[in-house]
Amino acid sequence: MSAHSITEPSATTKWISGGLVVAYAVVTLIPLLWIVATGFKTPADAISYPPKVVFDPTIEGYVNLFTTRTRVTPEQLESLPPPEGIAEEIVRSYGMVIAGPSRFGERFMNSVVIGFGSTFLSVFLGTLAAYAFSRFKIPLSDDLLFFILSTRMMPPIAVAIPIFLMYRQLGLSDTHLGMILLYTAVNISLAVWLLKGFIDEIPREYEEAALIDGYTRFQAFYKVVLPQAATGIASTAIFCLIFAWNEYAFAVLLTSGTAQTAPPFIPTIIGVGGQDWPAVAAGATLFLLPVLIFTVLLRKHLLRGITFGAVRK
Amino acid sequence: MAEVVLRNLTKRFGKVPAVEDVSLGVPDGAFVVLLGPTGAGKTTTLRLVAGLERPDAGDILIDGRSVLGEMPAQRDVAMVFQQYSLYPHLTVRDNLAFPLRSPILRWDEAAIEKRVREVAEVLRIAHKLGNKATQLSGGEMQRVSIGRALVRRPRIYLMDEPLSSLDAKLRAELRIELKRIQQELGATLLYVTHDQIEAMTMATHVGVLDRGRLVQFGTPREIYEDPVSVYVAERLGQPRINTLPADLFGTRPDGAATIGLRPEHIRIGEGREARVGRIERLGDQTRLHLTLDGHEIVTLTEVHTRLTPGDIVAIRPQAPLYFDAAGARVPSGR
Repeated sequence: MSAHSITEPSATTKWISGGLVVAYAVVTLIPLLWIVATGFKTPADAISYPPKVVFDPTIEGYVNLFTTRTRVTPEQLESLPPPEGIAEEIVRSYGMVIAGPSRFGERFMNSVVIGFGSTFLSVFLGTLAAYAFSRFKIPLSDDLLFFILSTRMMPPIAVAIPIFLMYRQLGLSDTHLGMILLYTAVNISLAVWLLKGFIDEIPREYEEAALIDGYTRFQAFYKVVLPQAATGIASTAIFCLIFAWNEYAFAVLLTSGTAQTAPPFIPTIIGVGGQDWPAVAAGATLFLLPVLIFTVLLRKHLLRGITFGAVRK
Repeated sequence: MAEVVLRNLTKRFGKVPAVEDVSLGVPDGAFVVLLGPTGAGKTTTLRLVAGLERPDAGDILIDGRSVLGEMPAQRDVAMVFQQYSLYPHLTVRDNLAFPLRSPILRWDEAAIEKRVREVAEVLRIAHKLGNKATQLSGGEMQRVSIGRALVRRPRIYLMDEPLSSLDAKLRAELRIELKRIQQELGATLLYVTHDQIEAMTMATHVGVLDRGRLVQFGTPREIYEDPVSVYVAERLGQPRINTLPADLFGTRPDGAATIGLRPEHIRIGEGREARVGRIERLGDQTRLHLTLDGHEIVTLTEVHTRLTPGDIVAIRPQAPLYFDAAGARVPSGR
């Protein structure tokens, strides 16, 4: 290998680029690390000054996140049977008992149902629409595509009040279905455009071969186009999920109980029993996980998407 | 196996005619080669028969019945595409099995495996059955796509330059193999190619297309020896037919504007003197580039000729072809 080889960068270049990547990673990961660490601190450690980098880890934040607690008198505490499990023990050390589960689990599940539900619906409808735009002669298809894109041109929150009123009339306020439809409506234009790009790249000959091989158009779509659009579907799904998962403004406006998602719920934890930062941090940590897991699971398809075009003749 | 009849078939893309009023009868068991330059309508003709395009006018009959209303799957044809025909997400085995697993056939897996293996042996890709389609070389991909047509017993095989991306040796082998398979099955085959050897050796009939129109249909020998026009004459023959002013060698039949000389129409040793420009030794043949009154003539000579550039040789035409100003054939008058 020569020093200026295209395939193999020099050792110095590698060190410099490696150093830059590590530095960037550290800078971006420190806040995340801080959140994760705070989740395992005691409330006192969490707000101590100077900040504690080394601390005794505790799951107190998680216990507080998942439970509601009531204060009892020392006499009542004495009269109780010995604590069952570590959670009970931690709570009693503050002179309290566990009164029941908190709403976090429920809100988290709402996020899962609404986030993944709207992602599925956006990608499902988006794939079908993108396929139709890509393969069939549709009258005014360019105008239709522009119309679909134009729904993204205004910040969604600009129509918050009309949507709020409409949802109240339709009985969709604070329902899972309402939130799924709303996030789908926001995401679908992105899904159609992204997926159309991917499907345009798949040569028609593949489907035509399948048609001749004895399959119907839908079967050809299902057996030939879908597997090849997997990369596009995976990346579109990730984009849709990230939006639906993190969305805050509409969630605050339209949900308050049954269908409330985690983003509006997590800040309310602060109010329960003082400034409980570890519990907030624990909630935030758990909230980060699904998108992370989803992205890692689909990573194979994403990587394949980067190299796929390169290996074809 | 079936006969195919195209009746006044017309297909336009926008204003551009791709196939214009083509009528053609392909007898049962015939091997028909369609010849023509890029854009002549060869591929479109295949696609019309396959059902991938809808004609603007005319009819397509398979076994005497119009198939215009039928989906590609219902027409029971197999097609080998020029490129991009393998499903890249499947293995070679699954690619070959794909037509057999279709809802129309639904073979059982044991029978599929047996058939796939047979075809893979014939095409010498049995050792690649487990590979992903994208891990193959261009030649292997092309063989798999031929194989995907051969696993079935459709009424008609349609092949669009199936051997074009193969190396010379493999092409020669598969040419013989395809012809053998076609004869054994008595299959009806519509085949598009640019390759003269493929057309001459495999075809029972050759159709020559010119800007969407069928200009001549006949046996390979008829097309070669008795072309209806300069255009048809130029489709076959290596080196290409020389077209020169008709009176270059003296007398000419009435109406003839050009004389067409294939190498076998040129007799060396007598007649007009031409100057040797370049000598191309191709191994099995030696081409002689001559200049006569400023006209370039390419012909063949003996392989180990002693001629060198600058030499003068005498040539005269022998039973040449004559064409009028529009390019149509003129009887030679003898």
